[in-house]
Amino acid sequence: MGEKMSRKPYVREVPKYSWFFRRPRYMRYMAREVTCIFIGAYTLLLLVGVMRLSQGQAEYEAFLAALRSPVSVVFHLLALGFSVYNTATWFNVTPKALPVQIGEEFLPGGVITGAHYLGWAVLSLAVLLMAGVF
Amino acid sequence: MAKSNKPIIWGTFAAGGTLSAFVTPVLILLTLLVALGHTPEMLAYARLHAFAAHWFGKLSLFAVISLSLWGAAHRLRITCYDFGIRADTLVATIVYLVAAFGSVAAIVYLSRI
Amino acid sequence: MSERVYQLEVLRYHPETDSEPHFQRYSVSCEEEWVVLDALNRIKETIDPTLSYRWSCHMAVCGSCGMMINGEPMLACKSFLRDYQGVIRVEPLAHFPIERDLVTVIDDFMDKFKRVKPYLIPKHEKPVSEGEYLQSPAQLKKFKQYTMCINCMLCYAACPEYGLIPKFLGPAAISMAHRYNQDSRDGGRDERQEEIATTEGVWECSFVGACSEVCPEHVDPASALQQVKIKSTVDWYKEHLMPWVKK
Repeated sequence: MGEKMSRKPYVREVPKYSWFFRRPRYMRYMAREVTCIFIGAYTLLLLVGVMRLSQGQAEYEAFLAALRSPVSVVFHLLALGFSVYNTATWFNVTPKALPVQIGEEFLPGGVITGAHYLGWAVLSLAVLLMAGVF
Repeated sequence: MAKSNKPIIWGTFAAGGTLSAFVTPVLILLTLLVALGHTPEMLAYARLHAFAAHWFGKLSLFAVISLSLWGAAHRLRITCYDFGIRADTLVATIVYLVAAFGSVAAIVYLSRI
Repeated sequence: MSERVYQLEVLRYHPETDSEPHFQRYSVSCEEEWVVLDALNRIKETIDPTLSYRWSCHMAVCGSCGMMINGEPMLACKSFLRDYQGVIRVEPLAHFPIERDLVTVIDDFMDKFKRVKPYLIPKHEKPVSEGEYLQSPAQLKKFKQYTMCINCMLCYAACPEYGLIPKFLGPAAISMAHRYNQDSRDGGRDERQEEIATTEGVWECSFVGACSEVCPEHVDPASALQQVKIKSTVDWYKEHLMPWVKK
């Protein structure tokens, strides 16, 4: 053999800032991850609300009044969309993290996910009823 | 190699993620109604104050705020890394400090109600 | 049986002469019911004998022919030509160094696989005269799915966290550790935890779930990793907050 064998493995670097554009599943993952920005921001808003509540009626009502703005409506709509996406993605993978084996067989994942959706719907309705929305 | 201490944070992430999956959307819906000018009865000062004055109200508000913050903070840390921000220690310090500060603040405000 | 011409664009890398890989286009006549591996074999036999790639069983058992087909980690023997339109782009598995053409360097995976002790470590060694280690169907079912892994490494090529953090132990190794940890005959979990409950172990996983989507044997490594996280978290709280609880 004239040609000599030599090793020179070639490493293809993963693009640090743009890898998630490569596959749709990576984009879906990143969409799930960025929900935390909206959930975090909304939770901080709740914290401000609790602070205003502790300061007295006038302060709390000023807080409620401050919520009535187009920017606030847009923020709420975005946060609602992202938080519902978070809920769906969370429940959809719950059977992977918490499988339930009854006797020999595992409960189908759809049953576990379905139970979570049902619980979510009941809880949300209960909160809305308690809050006097209906 | 030593075992990781990540479980301490991951535990709050798992709990916070589950809790906010169940309650955050409906809470957003309530304050969205406020933003649209239809404040639900429950969010009137007297009603909400009475709710937060009860130990159960305090506990629920604290759990929702604190766990959601820790859950979001941990996920944000991972997200920053995924977006290519490699200063992980700095990012972790900032996001966890915000979550810790928010949790303490929630206790302080709730104790004043 | 009818033949037609397919266009394949294959990533070539010849370490003796190339400084970096490049694509080479082949037009090759194939039966319509063939898989990508058949097309590669036909290219090697009739057009270009220098093309290098790994394969063995041609029936999705050996796990040798994993490669990126149109950007997706696939077994070449399980990817039917009829499922693709236009030029089919074939590349070596992502996230592994390229040895030559479609052949990758897999030492990193082999090393990690060994580290998690992927074999039974019996709770109590007993002589053959004492009989078998018995296991009920329910106990078998608990881990059976994780035994289906064929070490094809598609999950590593799909996992963005492994791509970003090469030290990450990765999906197949951790789910194989979980397979033995879940086995009623096994007593080696503490030893495996030393590898998998570390920062470079399960904690680099952010549950993208890509590993489970590409797994040709439906092992669902992502489920194993989440269960390992939960168990490791319970361990941690027990060890640090309840030291009086015996493991």
